[in-house]
Amino acid sequence: MTSGGVLRRTGRSEAATGLAMISPTATYAILLLAAPLALIFIVSFLTDGYLEIIRTFTFANYIEAWTNELYRVVMVRSLLVALSVTAVTVLLAFPVAYFVSFHVDPSRKSLWLFLITIPFWTSYLIRVFLWKVILGYNGVVNSSLLGLGIISEPLQWINYNVGAVVVTLAHAYAPFAILPIFVALEKIDRSLLEAGQDLGESRVMTFLRVTLPLAMPGVVAAVLIVFIPIIGDFVTPQLVGGPEGRMVANLIQLQYLKLDNYPLGSAIAVSAMAIVTLVSLLFLYLNRRYLRGPGS
Amino acid sequence: MTAKPTMIEFRDVQKYYGDYHALRGINASIRAGEFFSLLGPSGCGKTTLLRTIAGFEDISAGAVLIDGKDAALIPANKRPTNMVFQSYAIFPHLTVEENVGFGLRRARLDKAEMGRRVGDALAMVGLTGFGKRAAHALSGGQRQRVALARALILKPKVLLLDEPLSALDKKMREQMQVELIKLQRQVGITFVLVTHDQEEALVMSDRIAVMFEGRIVQLDDPVTLYRRPKTRQVADFIGTMNFLPATLLSDTTDGCEVEVAGLGRCRIAPDQAPPGGNGQDTTVGFRPETLTILFDGQAAAARETPGTVEEVVYYGDMTYYDVKLDGVASAVRLSMRNVPGRPVLDIGTRARVAWSPDALVLFR
Repeated sequence: MTSGGVLRRTGRSEAATGLAMISPTATYAILLLAAPLALIFIVSFLTDGYLEIIRTFTFANYIEAWTNELYRVVMVRSLLVALSVTAVTVLLAFPVAYFVSFHVDPSRKSLWLFLITIPFWTSYLIRVFLWKVILGYNGVVNSSLLGLGIISEPLQWINYNVGAVVVTLAHAYAPFAILPIFVALEKIDRSLLEAGQDLGESRVMTFLRVTLPLAMPGVVAAVLIVFIPIIGDFVTPQLVGGPEGRMVANLIQLQYLKLDNYPLGSAIAVSAMAIVTLVSLLFLYLNRRYLRGPGS
Repeated sequence: MTAKPTMIEFRDVQKYYGDYHALRGINASIRAGEFFSLLGPSGCGKTTLLRTIAGFEDISAGAVLIDGKDAALIPANKRPTNMVFQSYAIFPHLTVEENVGFGLRRARLDKAEMGRRVGDALAMVGLTGFGKRAAHALSGGQRQRVALARALILKPKVLLLDEPLSALDKKMREQMQVELIKLQRQVGITFVLVTHDQEEALVMSDRIAVMFEGRIVQLDDPVTLYRRPKTRQVADFIGTMNFLPATLLSDTTDGCEVEVAGLGRCRIAPDQAPPGGNGQDTTVGFRPETLTILFDGQAAAARETPGTVEEVVYYGDMTYYDVKLDGVASAVRLSMRNVPGRPVLDIGTRARVAWSPDALVLFR
């Protein structure tokens, strides 16, 4: 009884300490994240009255967002772009992470990680502009190819389309994908790989049966980290996407800032969030399946 | 021990890590079906040598032959050897069953046969019913058994064990030692064990190679190794040994005549005096249990020296005494079995200590 009481008291004080520790972050999150989100959620059910919001409850915004051909096309495009960027980024990031983890001398790993983060030293906006320069009509790619005589006039299909958006975003998000995969690979006990070979499997089969499943948590983390922000990205499609490369965030921006239709913009935003949540839950489910370790 | 074929042969094996000379000319043969141990302090190259058999370590010069074939030509995954890793290397993402059956994928067995073989392997190591457990839900001893079953299920010609018992507590370790010996007799394949624990090596092995600084210093069966160590270093590493300075008086084919400080002149048989240097200053060594305290009323022994008890360590079954023998510079350690009716002496007691030249080993 006494010891139970002591335990409960200790537990309570630990919980109190914990709450005290997270309270600045929690306050910040509630005021600047939860509250605006709640506001957007409420506005999405209100009626638009051009330049003002009429306080009558309606599903009209959602019906418009889900049935209007334009919004559907953009939403599907955003999903496809986000998925392909994620696939490209993670597939390219894995070999880099693998190389740094398995083939770089341990004393040089931190140098390599440092080099990988160098792109972060310049602003995201500048990096996107750089791609504009590289892929543009008179850009690096076109002038090089022209100079080498491979093409006779500048390629136009390399910029201002979905492809350019994918290339730019894949580059921008590469470090986000490399780091979690690297961490997962680093955690793999190297004797497990020797055990795989000792039990008769080739290097390739050992990779498929041991390394890859054990790196899966890192891969899933990378997928989430890349996928979630990309579906909401609006700078890149705005700058290099052209009219065909518009994504859902551009649409939301349009509704809010140009058309002044807050309720419809909110409804599209909430819908986009719901879709992201759904896809993320799917990834998390996959993560669970691959992570049979403790706590899952 | 007669005419057993050779399973593994080391021919002048050399290994360099950069400038570091890890293996310095290893020559040894391991016979088929024997329990062979590589014993030595950490950094002596024993694990490196084991890994050259498994194929995880290339050698810089020389040759390793497995069952008569040059191992350099066989990649690790094609060698007829399987290994129990020091960390056990149990795949954390697989169940016990999947771990044990890992190496059977290539055999392309049907489900029933696979289940039967895995079940047999689990039964062999006493883990029946654990098949569906997740790997992380196992204790250290159970992980070790899974590692054993996983290696033995492939019926290797050689089982390599890299300090397999070092992570277990004392009771568990002693139990596993006995189980491993039984298992080795049952399956009859060659076991090569790496250990730094001399007691473990003595208990389990048919033969032991003692390694220091990249060389095999002595290769013998446990009894010979314990009773007739060839160098002072080996004697010191295996068990406890007392050392006393001695002067070599004569050295003939039928033995050596030595004058041991404090004990007097005695004759040492040739097999107790491995050849070596040629100076007169030598050392004799003897194990604690070869000295006996004579209690009041016991008849005098052929050789006895009086002394004073300086330290008493009581172990339950045994009592260890440090005795300062009259005329001997340093105290010697001796052990007495605590049989009923035998007293435990106090510090400061005068005692008669009997010894025999048969138990002396000469180091020079």
